[in-house]
Amino acid sequence: MNTSALILMLAAVLTVTGFMAYFFFRVLTTPPKPEPDSYSENDPEP
Amino acid sequence: MSKTESWGSRVGLILAMAGNAVGLGNFLRFPVQAIQNGGGAFIIPYLVCFLLMGIPLLWIEWSMGRFGGRSGHHSTPFILHNMDPKRALWKYVGVFGIFTNIAVAAYYCYLESWTLSYIWHSISGTFLDMGADGVAAFFTSYVDIGVSTTGIPYEAIWFWLICLLLNTWILSRGLSGGVEKMAKVGMPLLILFGLFLAIRGVTLKAGEHGAINDGTAGLNFLWTPDYSSIWKPSVWLAAAGQIFFTLSVGMGSIQCYASYVRKKDDIALNAMSAGWMNEFVEVVLGGAIIIPIAIGYLGIDKVKELTATGGLGLGFKTLPYLFTQWGPWLSAIAGVCWFGLLFFAGITSSLAMGTPVMGFLQDEFGWKRGPSAWMFGLVVLVLGLPTVLFFEHGVFDEYDYWAGTVSLVVFALFEVILFAWVFGMDKGWAEINLGADLRPPPVYRFIIKYVTPAILAVVFLGSLPGIWEKLTAPASPYLHASRLLLLGLYLGIALLVRKAYLNRKRHAHGLV
Repeated sequence: MNTSALILMLAAVLTVTGFMAYFFFRVLTTPPKPEPDSYSENDPEP
Repeated sequence: MSKTESWGSRVGLILAMAGNAVGLGNFLRFPVQAIQNGGGAFIIPYLVCFLLMGIPLLWIEWSMGRFGGRSGHHSTPFILHNMDPKRALWKYVGVFGIFTNIAVAAYYCYLESWTLSYIWHSISGTFLDMGADGVAAFFTSYVDIGVSTTGIPYEAIWFWLICLLLNTWILSRGLSGGVEKMAKVGMPLLILFGLFLAIRGVTLKAGEHGAINDGTAGLNFLWTPDYSSIWKPSVWLAAAGQIFFTLSVGMGSIQCYASYVRKKDDIALNAMSAGWMNEFVEVVLGGAIIIPIAIGYLGIDKVKELTATGGLGLGFKTLPYLFTQWGPWLSAIAGVCWFGLLFFAGITSSLAMGTPVMGFLQDEFGWKRGPSAWMFGLVVLVLGLPTVLFFEHGVFDEYDYWAGTVSLVVFALFEVILFAWVFGMDKGWAEINLGADLRPPPVYRFIIKYVTPAILAVVFLGSLPGIWEKLTAPASPYLHASRLLLLGLYLGIALLVRKAYLNRKRHAHGLV
């Protein structure tokens, strides 16, 4: 690959992958809001 | 799908939203657009449009949906009406959010059924001894449903019906029990299949299995920048169009999914997570499969010629033949991965098209989940039949143009005006930030109010010459009939919205 194509590809791929990973990580590590929330899997057992 | 419905988990919601956005275009349209609009340089206007138009529209649609859901609305006619109840106009603008979903589903399910059929043919080894011309001819005879290449009469119709039944059945299982479960299975598999094919494509070696170029030659071709293209307005229009269609904005399905999120729960971070997941699938996976493999075997000139009319031909007429170069086992695995990822990309989008229709029937007419799902399936069956029977006469493309292209831009333009200028940026910004786990940068207040509407207006104005040309060009009776059918659909939904509005008024005045 030529240098400009390689730089552009790596910059685009790393940027997009980085943002995706960062936001998804934040979703996974943010504690759920107190009940009642929007998600049935967080509901207390009856 | 209204009062008793809810999402099972936050990750499930994000995967369903990402699945809604990820479609066949991520793999077939994006790389072709990049090749035709400056190669690697295309990523610059593309990402700028994502930041200035894509992200704002995601936040707008998520917050509109959650706002409407608080008042029990799960489809755009009354979500929009709820934001400016004094003007009757908005509920009829909101009709687009049901119309587009039905009309797009009508042809999209057919496209989805091709992937299902091609998975079957990849496993059964149909393509192994066909040769390049045979595989291309197979597709042509497949969509000309009168011709059967496999001995099953009307094969394309059978696969279409199976696909439609599958969609309807999943929808009838509800939001967390059907749509979300499908997304939780489909999205990880899609990424897994995509990674396998991307690694296989990029590591192709010239001379092995008949390849004439290394896979990296394809990446080089795709990413070599032509910076002069950045100054061409047509390239910016193409980038804005690609962002628009890849995110599934302007359809009404994002608002519907978000309407099941409670007031205190985040939408700002969820929207970013789903949006960037779509970008990952499109830029990283979509850019590393079809072009590297095709250039590896066919060379640059042939790929330029094949992509001149879009990526569909490359995906269905060429790739199955190229996979056969890898031997019977690997070709079957590659076929399952390629058409499997297209199938998952397709079905997670078509399911999103069903939910606003079901939400409307349940909210306004008290239908139960099952009957409303089957009604959606029935309407799609009736409206989709012409796209199957008269595919060769351009009915499929006609639906795609009016419902899948023009309607999206018109609806998005109206909704951004409603959100930023009528509902107002103060209320709108507060709505985006309500319960947010991520603080949106304040500059987006300005962008949502001025920049996004301006870009959408330019995209809309830029498409007007094409619309005029389309309307004034000689058209066959098939195309005229398709346009009348779509117009009839819009007017029919508008009448139902009117009836629902009058019902609501009667209830409000205690007359019922």
